[in-house]
Amino acid sequence: MVELIDLSFSAGEGEEKKEILRDVSLRFDDRLTAITGPNGGGKSTLAKLIAGILVPTGGRILLDGEDITALSVTERARRGISFAFQTPVRFKGITVRDLIMLASGKKIGMAEACDYLSEVGLCARDYINREVNASLSGGELKRIEIATILARGTSFSVFDEPEAGIDLWSFQNLIRVFEKIHREKQDSVLIISHQERILNIADRIVVLAGGEVVNDGTPEKIMPTLTGKVVSSCRPFEKAGGYHG
Amino acid sequence: MDKITEGLLAEIADLHGIPTGAYNIRENSRSIGRSSTANIEIIPREAGDGITVRILPGTRNESLHIPVVISKVGVSESVINDFYIGEGADVTIIAGCGIHNCGTGLSQHDGVHTFYVGKNAHVRYVEKHYGEGDGSAGRVMNPTTVVHIEEGGSMEIETTQIKGIDSTKRTTRADLAAGASINIREKIMTHGVQQAETDFSVDMNGEGCSANVVSRSVAKEHSGQIFRSRMNGNAACHGHTECDAILMDDGHVTAIPELTANCIDASLIHEAAIGKIAGEQLIKLMTLGLSEAEAEEQIVSGFLK
Repeated sequence: MVELIDLSFSAGEGEEKKEILRDVSLRFDDRLTAITGPNGGGKSTLAKLIAGILVPTGGRILLDGEDITALSVTERARRGISFAFQTPVRFKGITVRDLIMLASGKKIGMAEACDYLSEVGLCARDYINREVNASLSGGELKRIEIATILARGTSFSVFDEPEAGIDLWSFQNLIRVFEKIHREKQDSVLIISHQERILNIADRIVVLAGGEVVNDGTPEKIMPTLTGKVVSSCRPFEKAGGYHG
Repeated sequence: MDKITEGLLAEIADLHGIPTGAYNIRENSRSIGRSSTANIEIIPREAGDGITVRILPGTRNESLHIPVVISKVGVSESVINDFYIGEGADVTIIAGCGIHNCGTGLSQHDGVHTFYVGKNAHVRYVEKHYGEGDGSAGRVMNPTTVVHIEEGGSMEIETTQIKGIDSTKRTTRADLAAGASINIREKIMTHGVQQAETDFSVDMNGEGCSANVVSRSVAKEHSGQIFRSRMNGNAACHGHTECDAILMDDGHVTAIPELTANCIDASLIHEAAIGKIAGEQLIKLMTLGLSEAEAEEQIVSGFLK
């Protein structure tokens, strides 16, 4: 379980200083929590703070009761936090198989590596030996990114806008992957998303706006408020990219 | 063959004992083992400074090993090897040079390999350079590769220098007839104050010929590298040259492309990317549980794989 206590984050200095998150306190002990809200609301910053990529300017982060605020990205990863990037990173020379092996933290056979790719809807034979480079499309990279998280098998996984930059066809597959994760895995998952279909499979939705939690509850409670107030003017959920209000 | 020579042969040619097929093993300026086959004849030059290799037309699925080892301090040599690859042959040639130097005298190997690739022949040429020992005077290698490819012939060159060479100038010259192709992949890593210079020059003379030169390099500590790549499109042809380099510490790399199209149908491309390891690459691997040092090592080894 991850707990945020009065978490704050500011960027810049002096007159340029901007408060991105202000005294956010949340406890993530549900199986699947979605964080949504308008762009610039602090969602991705929150995800990066949990992973240790950013350092908070105030507050604490606990993992299963242990204060991990001062721990590095590596130390948090080794304690069981996974992070899927909004824009997957490309590497020259590192293959899909290499990345899945590194993610699993142990030597795994070709069959097991292929299983992770199959789980995200990729034909393993076509991808396992390909480099994780610009020859792969955004949707392919996204699914490989998710496969690395599955290979890690950690107790707490954060996905930062998994739907960003992928086409409608890839998005349909992505939804199926998250539905499967939710159905079969017992670990806690946190997804930053604008997408109604992702929000609908969550156990809980947190709405973050202006650096603060403005709503928190079940999809039944939260969804009507989103579709009524935030979303309706831009017809967001008809496209794979969702709204970016 | 002593332990040092055995170790060097394993490093440069993955050899653990006498190879099968044709071979010529050179140690400290003399041949310590040579064997021809029915299709691959190795003839020593009279001056003792190299060999002439004749590969019969149509020879297929055969290999030739020609490693060079310098294990004595103070040995400096110049070697000339000529290779005549007959029409339609398809062979693999494993070369490479290893230097062990624990003394104060310079160890230097200069080699000129000239390939005459016949019509529709294919050659895969693998060359690895490696140095070891704590000698203060240096380990120097200056390999020159000259390639002439006739109509429809092709050559793949894989050249690697990962460790232990203090100074190198690597020169490659090629000329291609119609339908010929050359594909060169270079991998270099330099440390300390090592200097490496590569100089490729390809004349694409025949219609439909092609050249692809890809260099990946890592310059660590205070080391420096220069990459020159010259392509002359003298006919309807396709040329691509690419230099990717990772800078670490105070390393420095210069990439100098030169493309000349002398024919309206020549298509020539140069790409170059030089810079430090991207921060996001390090962070991605750290989110998988690797330390920063482990992530850096993984990125470099993958890049040079």
